[in-house]
Amino acid sequence: MAALLKVEGLSIGFGNAAHVVDDVSFSVEPGETLALVGESGSGKTLSCRAALRILPAMATVHSGSVMLDGPKGPVDLMGLSERAMCDIRGNRVSMIFQEPMRSLSPLHRIGNQVIEVLRLHGTAKGQGARKRVFETFERVGFTNPERVFQSYPFELSGGMRQRAMIAMAVVGKPDLLIADEPTTALDVTTQAQVLGLIKEIQQDTGMAMVLVTHDLGVVANMADTVTVMNRGRVMEAGPAPLVLGDPQHGYTRDLFAAAPKIPESGEDAAEEHDRDYILEMRNVSKTYTLKGKAAWHPKIHVQAVRGIEFGVERGKTLAVVGESGSGKTTCARMALGAERADPGAEILFRPKAGAETVNLQDLDNQARLAFQRQAQMVFQDPYSTLNPRMRVKDALCEPMDIHGIGTREERVDRAAEMLRWVDLSPNMLTRYPHAFSGGQRQRLSIARALMLGPTFLVCDEPTSALDVSVQEQVLQLLEDIRDRLNLSYMFISHDLAVVARIADEVAVMRDGLVVEQGTTEALFHNPQHPYTKALLAAQPEPDINRPINLKIVAQGAGDPSTWPEAYRFDGANVPPLTKLGVGHKVRYYA
Amino acid sequence: MSILPDGRYVDDKPYETDIGEEARHAELDMSNTRLVWRRFREHKLGLVSALFLLFSYLMLPFAGFISPYTANERAPDHLYASPQGIHLFHEGKLIGPYVYPITANVNLETFSWEYEADYDNPARLEFFCEASYYKLAGLFKTNRHLFCAPEGATIFLLGADRLGRDVFSRILYGAQLSLTVGLVGITVSFVIGIVLGSIAGYFGGFLDWIINRVIEILRSLPELPLWLALSAAVPSHWSPVAVFFIISIILGILDWPGLARAVRSKFLSLREEEFVRAAEMMGAKPSRVISKHLLPNFLSHLIASATLSIPAMILGETALSFLGLGLRAPAVSWGVMLNDAQNLASIEIYPWTAIPMLPIVIVVLAFNFFGDGLRDALDPNRS
Repeated sequence: MAALLKVEGLSIGFGNAAHVVDDVSFSVEPGETLALVGESGSGKTLSCRAALRILPAMATVHSGSVMLDGPKGPVDLMGLSERAMCDIRGNRVSMIFQEPMRSLSPLHRIGNQVIEVLRLHGTAKGQGARKRVFETFERVGFTNPERVFQSYPFELSGGMRQRAMIAMAVVGKPDLLIADEPTTALDVTTQAQVLGLIKEIQQDTGMAMVLVTHDLGVVANMADTVTVMNRGRVMEAGPAPLVLGDPQHGYTRDLFAAAPKIPESGEDAAEEHDRDYILEMRNVSKTYTLKGKAAWHPKIHVQAVRGIEFGVERGKTLAVVGESGSGKTTCARMALGAERADPGAEILFRPKAGAETVNLQDLDNQARLAFQRQAQMVFQDPYSTLNPRMRVKDALCEPMDIHGIGTREERVDRAAEMLRWVDLSPNMLTRYPHAFSGGQRQRLSIARALMLGPTFLVCDEPTSALDVSVQEQVLQLLEDIRDRLNLSYMFISHDLAVVARIADEVAVMRDGLVVEQGTTEALFHNPQHPYTKALLAAQPEPDINRPINLKIVAQGAGDPSTWPEAYRFDGANVPPLTKLGVGHKVRYYA
Repeated sequence: MSILPDGRYVDDKPYETDIGEEARHAELDMSNTRLVWRRFREHKLGLVSALFLLFSYLMLPFAGFISPYTANERAPDHLYASPQGIHLFHEGKLIGPYVYPITANVNLETFSWEYEADYDNPARLEFFCEASYYKLAGLFKTNRHLFCAPEGATIFLLGADRLGRDVFSRILYGAQLSLTVGLVGITVSFVIGIVLGSIAGYFGGFLDWIINRVIEILRSLPELPLWLALSAAVPSHWSPVAVFFIISIILGILDWPGLARAVRSKFLSLREEEFVRAAEMMGAKPSRVISKHLLPNFLSHLIASATLSIPAMILGETALSFLGLGLRAPAVSWGVMLNDAQNLASIEIYPWTAIPMLPIVIVVLAFNFFGDGLRDALDPNRS
């Protein structure tokens, strides 16, 4: 069988600099899925864009051919006129982009955007086109296609928008779909459902797909053939079972080693012991008051967090897991006193074992400064966590500067020492942040948090913006430092697999409530709550023999009012957090 | 490149695990100013403009030395004299730079002055000659000029105006006021704009509301009548310099809302950046957050927008003076000079009275190119 798309010897460069894509070849058979795997900067997106000739203006293709098989035999897309390319884009080859928030036009109704594809290519007109769009909407799982047709993008959630994007991509019945990280911006449960959907549609229509991703788990679930790229070169390519089952190239092996995995099994923690909490949250809720639609409308109250009860043990890590909007970040901010909880809450901080506790709810300025020396935060986005206008030296010295500790020399000495702790060289002190990679910046962020010698760190998704291999290094560093300094972490994440590695105790949150909470062993070995199960099941594993179980995902990830009766909650009707075993609590009606 | 027996492809170049590469470029440790300079140099148009502006400002104190006449020196016999060229060769012989003396005749048909050159008596220019007195850099009284015409001849490079004053000399003197009025105005508008904008952007809430309403009110005022009213309020017996200061401050006071809005919106977005939240969580006070974190990140924009608003100020002064609301004679500025060119008939017969437009256009363009280049060079997000 002839390949549908055959890319050969493709080289792309920006200006006169070295090629960013260097002699890349891959091919897709009709009906097949090819996964392009690689970390950021590996050139996987550029290679795909070159196939549709939608490269950034600065990039030039130096050599290579892109052959698309058609009714009249293969054509080289590189040699086609712009006019002829327009006929191919959207009609024969279509693309899904990474950011569902940005790839739909905010000013047009979804229906009109989708129908435009048909109109442009003259495939169908008028009622016929409308009918076909409705069919496609139904196909991608919209229960009420007419409503979606009429809605604007801002009315839909991220997962819904990505479905709309998929509808737009497949409505023209293309032969080839290029999906550029279609699920990276989505929550893990939504990701599982969207992946399942793409796969189904592919089976129905028999289209081929190029899937660009950095996630080996996604690859294992979707791909027939795999091409692994690194720094613009193909490292390894072949059928998925072979490459994933027995990687030959060093880079592929490294990727596998770095991929976070959910532990197979564990043992339930033994007996309950007296716990020495460094931070304890009791009956913590947070309600935000928003303005009503107009001045005379009542104000809207949003409960971001409801009745949280947990604590961080000294020298241990508590992980708070949940999807976006579950209230985990609010939790973190309250734990640092940056946000005040609703009255009646107690957030107790005990700097040393047996010492007096401080209630973060009523701190005066003096006590707040003292607390800030003990508790620090590591932020999520390595690119915005450091002031681009401050040298590393100034950024690191700033905490001591604010608290007026030490002389200038002492501060710089401490900064140099902290850099050594996070495995960076002290001669980087004079640099600006732009000289560092994402992983290095995250190390700097950790170093800055350590400057004041804190005992408690809140890490707000510190690795979610990093490549897998770098994520692994940063997690390792966090673990090392915790053990070395006897630090306690509150680790916020949306990724159970990351948490499995570092946490001692996990709390799973949904809609501002903790639905299940327990030791890592208990939670991963014996998950009870359907939502926890869904999270675990939705995690794509880089093992081709363990596909995502969509049934479990669909059951747990849906609206809480659709959960099995024992777990169901809606509005203020919430089951209590019931103790199930040693250090294991689940929210259900016993 | 090798194909394994099972049909898969494996790259056989030696592979090393990436360990977060050290120093990628030598420029990483370079100081910020050097980086900016290197990037600015690439912007050729901006560089040329910067050099031109530098030259113009350096020239200001020496305007009296370079110009052959002083600003209000009259040549009663040479009203509306036409521009005179400087020549080198007379009848095939090099006799150095000289001019042909001109004499005035009244054309009784058109009632205009016409000038006739005396081609037989070339008058050689004198250098470092003594002529009328002026103050060098406003301090040293001297009568030494770079060049002047010999006894019995005149040197009007760009012609003379209604009263027989040398346009070229007046342009140089006018630059002293026209180029600096912008700086005073900009300083005023920047101080107000940055302070109010950062307060509104950082603290938000009620203060933000008040400042926004003030901005809206200022913006809704019709500009020309307001200028008129404000400059009418300046006592007429004040010296031209005092009037000049008041005018530039008025311009500054009316100009800040745009900048305040830019600062405010930038602060609103910067405040959400994690490094600002990090500083707040370390316990930094608002003044520290604003001065150490927010403003430096905004500085490139501020500098660029300052260079871009100086021309607006220059144009504002010109417009005011042109309408007779700004500077008045005997002060000399480009706008005051153009005031003479208000009459269409006189422009038609004596087009050189409108020549002061030329330096305005050139300086405004130069500031724009310079500002563009500066903005590109200062933008830290480029690398």
